[in-house]
Amino acid sequence: MLPICFEWEWDIGHFIFFGFLYLILLIVGSGLSWATFKTILQLLKKEE
Amino acid sequence: MKHEKPKHRYGMVIDLDKCTGCGACVVACAAENNIPVRPDESDKQRSISWMQLFMITNGKEYPETEVCYIPRPCMQCEKDGHGGDHPPCVSVCVATATRVDINTGIVSQIPTRCIGCRYCQAVCPYHARYFNWWDAYFPKGKGLERYLSPEVSVRMRGVVEKCTFCHHRYMRAKRKAEAEGRRELREDEYIPACAEACPAGAIYFGDLNNPDHKVSKLIKDKRAFRLLERLGTEPKVYYLSSKEWVRRMADNYLPEELKLVK
Amino acid sequence: MDRELLPEGVTRCSFGKFLLWLTPWILILAWGAVSAILCLWKALNQTNMSNIFAFALWIVFDLGFIALGAGAFFTGFLTYIVGKEELKSIINAAVIIGFICYSSALGILAVDIGQPLRGWFIFWHANVHSMLVEVSFCITCYLIVLAIEFLPIILENRKLEQIRPLRIFGKNLHDIMPVFAATGVFLSFFHQGSLGGMFGVMYARPFAARGGFYIWPWTFFLFILSAIAAGPCFTILITKITEKITRKKLVPDSTVQFLARLSGFLLSAYIILKILDTVVWAKTIVPKAGLRFFDFYREGPYGLWMVVMEIIVCGIFPALILMIPRLRKDGRWLIAACILNCAGIIFNRFSFIVVTLAIPVMPFDRFWSYVPTWQEWGLALGSIAYGVLLFSLAYRYLPVFPKEKELNPA
Repeated sequence: MLPICFEWEWDIGHFIFFGFLYLILLIVGSGLSWATFKTILQLLKKEE
Repeated sequence: MKHEKPKHRYGMVIDLDKCTGCGACVVACAAENNIPVRPDESDKQRSISWMQLFMITNGKEYPETEVCYIPRPCMQCEKDGHGGDHPPCVSVCVATATRVDINTGIVSQIPTRCIGCRYCQAVCPYHARYFNWWDAYFPKGKGLERYLSPEVSVRMRGVVEKCTFCHHRYMRAKRKAEAEGRRELREDEYIPACAEACPAGAIYFGDLNNPDHKVSKLIKDKRAFRLLERLGTEPKVYYLSSKEWVRRMADNYLPEELKLVK
Repeated sequence: MDRELLPEGVTRCSFGKFLLWLTPWILILAWGAVSAILCLWKALNQTNMSNIFAFALWIVFDLGFIALGAGAFFTGFLTYIVGKEELKSIINAAVIIGFICYSSALGILAVDIGQPLRGWFIFWHANVHSMLVEVSFCITCYLIVLAIEFLPIILENRKLEQIRPLRIFGKNLHDIMPVFAATGVFLSFFHQGSLGGMFGVMYARPFAARGGFYIWPWTFFLFILSAIAAGPCFTILITKITEKITRKKLVPDSTVQFLARLSGFLLSAYIILKILDTVVWAKTIVPKAGLRFFDFYREGPYGLWMVVMEIIVCGIFPALILMIPRLRKDGRWLIAACILNCAGIIFNRFSFIVVTLAIPVMPFDRFWSYVPTWQEWGLALGSIAYGVLLFSLAYRYLPVFPKEKELNPA
């Protein structure tokens, strides 16, 4: 599942599949992170 | 998934003209492979028998009644019925717990990796796959635990298992051959428990790729047929029967096609 | 007693009455919990599943939940991507229903697999050629997306909103909702389809097998279409039930009519394609396997009535009702159409799951029957009870229906 796994044989199917999975997780993670950071920034700004 | 052709293709030929339905193959398989039992084995839908014995009859009244017994191990299919080069069960397994062994063509099962989703059971048309609905149970205090083979792992609850053509016997034969400096096995060095136990000598086993092995000659016999050939699963278990009604029962035929069946 | 937690400007029944409403559902949920514990502790022999019925009641409920929960992604797509403003009054409810459906499905699946502790093997030892792996990946990611879509609604609770960081966080999440909605659409498209693909690729089981386009059998596309046809109807149904119980109007008629009309179009398209698919399958795959269409419908309770129910009574009939404005605008005809539409989808899923397995493939094999045990019913009905409980709590304490105040002037 992770690129560093031994004995895992990567073929084109794996690239497409896990490519999309990592992309989705990246988008969701980025969205959550962005919302969190923006919240923290707004909280800090207001408190000044 | 690699699509190389296996070097050896181990297959089985069962002569139904010789099979008496004694069930020795079923018992030998159960003993060899540590097949768990239930205190009450009457629930046939959940009991495990890698080698299953079917009885069919030609449906005619006495004195024309004929009966035939069909032992059914795992068919070790080669194709999925749609042109794909792997058995239906292998292409659907979610955790790659079932694979085709590249050296022998045997469809293996990894019990410690199986998560028990039972998708493979749903796709197998031969019902050759069995699920452990209970923890493994062997009657206590009757000495039965002494016959458990150390070469075959006992499966835990919640995993699927099936006939493996006694793959551990292949490993045993390979180790012996390598100790003797050989890489190739002789025809009589590796046979599964069922073939060994059959008192009528109805089960033949060998390498279908090797023209010297008996099975490769038998599959060309005019009595040879396979179960559900029309589905295109290319099973490696062949049957021999001189009776036309038996061959007809091996597959589904439309009324207009029955005239064409030899 | 919980007045401070209630949304502003709306009325709710007394806390005591609310507890009374919750009690039967809590009891059913307890039944479900007992069933789950028994199955996890004593293994799956607690069910009536067998080596023939590898998939049974729980899988029917799983697929049913996921199909009906499609309203979440589809409404989200129409609201945030296409920009249909009138759906903003129902999108929260759709998201909550979706969350309930998907969390229930995953909960049932956790008990259904033989080794639940090994569930993560689907990800770690993934076989990318298996449709079920595709399903598992997508529904897990989608549940995460649904949870993120649900979170801002929870944070709009009156008490939680007073906490400044939570209020700001909720607003920021809401601002980027189109990103999550788009991700949800992508994930849903694939898992709704792969659930259909799961059965279409059973080439050795002529009842389920279908031809297709490249690696995707026709069932892939039919399942997506049926899910987006039934999903909005399920959302309407839950909304109408909530309106009936709370004796309030919660969603404007224009919203309901829009969804109902869209459902009607999609259902009509689905039924036409489904009939076409059935005819082509009966003329190609079935005879190739040496069988006839009627061979599948002569054993046990699974007669031709199933085809009639699925396609005519629960397909053509509700499609017509939803397409005819005079009937669609009538409350009772609309509810009937929604119920029949959802029932038709469940019928379709049931047919692919249970009937496929009941029908023998080997000519000398016999037809098998199956009846679920009380543990199976417990887990299945328990998940419905969980849904009712969660939706009740959400309705009471969260601003699920933005137009509620406007439609119910005090």
